[in-house]
Amino acid sequence: MNEVSVGEPHPLVELTIDGNSVKVPEGSTILSACRKEGIDTPTLCWASNLTPANVCRVCVVEVEGSRVLVPSCSRSVESGMVVSTDSERVRTSRRMVYELLASSVEMDRADASVRDWMEYYGVRPERMGRRDEIATVAQSPKVQDDLYVRDYERCILCYKCVQACGDDAQHTYAIATAGRGFSAHVSTESDVALPDSACVYCGNCIGVCPTGALVFRTEFDMRVDGTWDEDSQEVTTTVCAFCGVGCNLELHVQGDAIVKVTSPADHSVANGHLCIKGRFGWQHASG
Amino acid sequence: MWGSNARAAHPIFFHHLLKGVDAGARMWTVDPRRTTSARFADMWLGLNVGTDIALANGVGREIIHAGLVNTEFVENATEGYEGFAAHVEPWTLGRTAGVTGVPAEAIRDLAHGYASASTAQLIWTLGITEHHTAVDNVLALCNLALLTGHVGRWGSGLVPLRGQNNVQGGGDMGALPNKLPGFQDVADDDARTRLEGVWQATIPAEPGWHLTQMFEAMESDDLKAVWVIGENPADSEADANHAREMLGHLQHLVVQDVFMTRTAEMADVVLPAALGWVESDGTVTSSERRVQRTRAAVTPPGEARQEIDVIAEMAERMGAKWGRPTAEELWDELRSVSPMHGGMSWQRLEAEGGIQWPCPDEDHPGTPFLHGRLWKRPIDGRRAPFSCVDDHPPVDQLTDEFPLRLTTGRVLDSYNTGVQSGKFNSPIRSGDALELSTDDARSLGLVRGDRALVSSRRGSIEMTVAVDPDLPVGLAFTTFHFPEIADVNQLTSDAWDTSSGTSEFKAAAIRVEKLEVAPNA
Repeated sequence: MNEVSVGEPHPLVELTIDGNSVKVPEGSTILSACRKEGIDTPTLCWASNLTPANVCRVCVVEVEGSRVLVPSCSRSVESGMVVSTDSERVRTSRRMVYELLASSVEMDRADASVRDWMEYYGVRPERMGRRDEIATVAQSPKVQDDLYVRDYERCILCYKCVQACGDDAQHTYAIATAGRGFSAHVSTESDVALPDSACVYCGNCIGVCPTGALVFRTEFDMRVDGTWDEDSQEVTTTVCAFCGVGCNLELHVQGDAIVKVTSPADHSVANGHLCIKGRFGWQHASG
Repeated sequence: MWGSNARAAHPIFFHHLLKGVDAGARMWTVDPRRTTSARFADMWLGLNVGTDIALANGVGREIIHAGLVNTEFVENATEGYEGFAAHVEPWTLGRTAGVTGVPAEAIRDLAHGYASASTAQLIWTLGITEHHTAVDNVLALCNLALLTGHVGRWGSGLVPLRGQNNVQGGGDMGALPNKLPGFQDVADDDARTRLEGVWQATIPAEPGWHLTQMFEAMESDDLKAVWVIGENPADSEADANHAREMLGHLQHLVVQDVFMTRTAEMADVVLPAALGWVESDGTVTSSERRVQRTRAAVTPPGEARQEIDVIAEMAERMGAKWGRPTAEELWDELRSVSPMHGGMSWQRLEAEGGIQWPCPDEDHPGTPFLHGRLWKRPIDGRRAPFSCVDDHPPVDQLTDEFPLRLTTGRVLDSYNTGVQSGKFNSPIRSGDALELSTDDARSLGLVRGDRALVSSRRGSIEMTVAVDPDLPVGLAFTTFHFPEIADVNQLTSDAWDTSSGTSEFKAAAIRVEKLEVAPNA
């Protein structure tokens, strides 16, 4: 016998997106309704395995009757809602968000999808002034151990790392935002070095970082050496060997050597997360 | 959670558990140590090492006396309740508290909370099974699930967490002395005959030896040659000095492994092997019975060969023509002999990201939990029996000569004897330290970083001292991940459970003496 209670089915809600009528379960977000309709929508602070932090505003859409644009990642659908995802107002707003972020942060190592969207919207960050004049930019990467590098020149304060370290996955709370205004930054307690902090080196913060601000030491060193070649890397999914839970590992292999390990967010065992052994315990398999 | 520090040993399982805690689930941890897992619990029950059965019996009695027994379930799905109730009757809260060291109010809270919950799980690891009463410990926990009906239902159950990525799969494949693939018994004539037909070989109807019995057979000279595949018993066995002596005593030792382990160094022949999870195609089966694919991502170094090839070539030299089967061909053979794997085609394993057994046919979705049959009325199959079990203190007794209890366990960033986890530079690795409670360290005149001579009835080693304020007085803790710098299994007890063959790693008696360091050293 194998009866599984799945509870009451969610009733469907009908709304209009870009002129088309759409039915999705009650409680869905506008973002998930858009994706169901095949409408591609940019995101930065949103991830499938995190609670929406609601801070980047790059996923905004226009909702009829709403004074301001709404973040599609966290706004729930309502019956009769009329949504526009590609209006002039939406395009302008998304472009501005990217321009403001890229005017103060290095975006050259952001996820490929982020760079594609920036190109799509014709982003020109130089309109906002010279990046090197902005005080928050110029920082040296924090290289404090053999596993992590924190390169805050690339941090857009999307909070994903804080969430992955905290309530959404790891529950370690080693990092949080500190400071205000232009001084706001992600920090360990009292800004101690990472090995002295509460960090347990699960690497889940690196796993969710969209801009390359948090990076594995292997990748950082290879980029410095000029040997990092993402196009030549092959990704193979296997199962971690360090306990009986069965987390899936995506091994990124370049030149017959593992250079990075990630976890598939859509697999039910680990939901995109790992522990220190799964994330970093592969050195014995490379030479 | 009973005898499990999943926060450190099964971190991603613990993520799932924390989702429940965040959503309002209550959690109790039962562990002699106040572990990192315990910090997330509503209550920590710090029992004396080896008193698990006493505590479980006390919890059982309290559930009965509070009228919290699931009588419908007990009447329809179990047997032996009356005998069990009489057996645990002497275990009043007061007596249980006295034996276990857990306050009566905490025992009561656990009993009432567990029994009253709409769904509840009992989760354990080696804190339950690495005792000379291993199987009785498990049965004692099963009793509680039977009393309350917390088994065989969605969200309720008994959850033993497996320590290795394929220890479940090894058993499933028949790598047990008394089992054929799919847990068919070697004594089952029908199953044996069917497999003999497929394998074209004779299968002995008598069970073989388990690991502990093998070491006994080495001692009595009944076992003369051993082929060790992917295990490092020279470091991992309790009472390691004795284990090494036995391995050295063999006429012939073959070791097949990915590294030159201490066991491999003792071998007559070493067969270098490809690393299973990253250099080989195959399957592993996780704690939740989920069969998943491993895939080769990099090439094995040097002369290392696929394990399948090593075994097939060995067979060839012995005169059997097995050819060189692929992982998929071997899997299909397993499906043909093990009914519970029958529906798991290679294609389905690929497409579905893993399937939980039993999965008898290709239309079967797999099985997220077991024992649902207990909820059919009338019950489907035999009733689940209560077990009357008694607590027996650890074999290695505390005396004036050996006054401290040593228990061993895993830490977050390391794994077993360090063969695989020792190669990366972890910033949080603390190494070989012997952790002592604040009071014990003070009375021994020890502070963090001091060196100490640690002795049990079996051996003495030097260790560095650490002080853990979360340890109760009288309890010491260490890992076993660094045998090259702290050969901890020289200390551990090889008293073992006669049912499971598991040694009592969790309960050694030790003495700790400060080592004076010469001023100029």
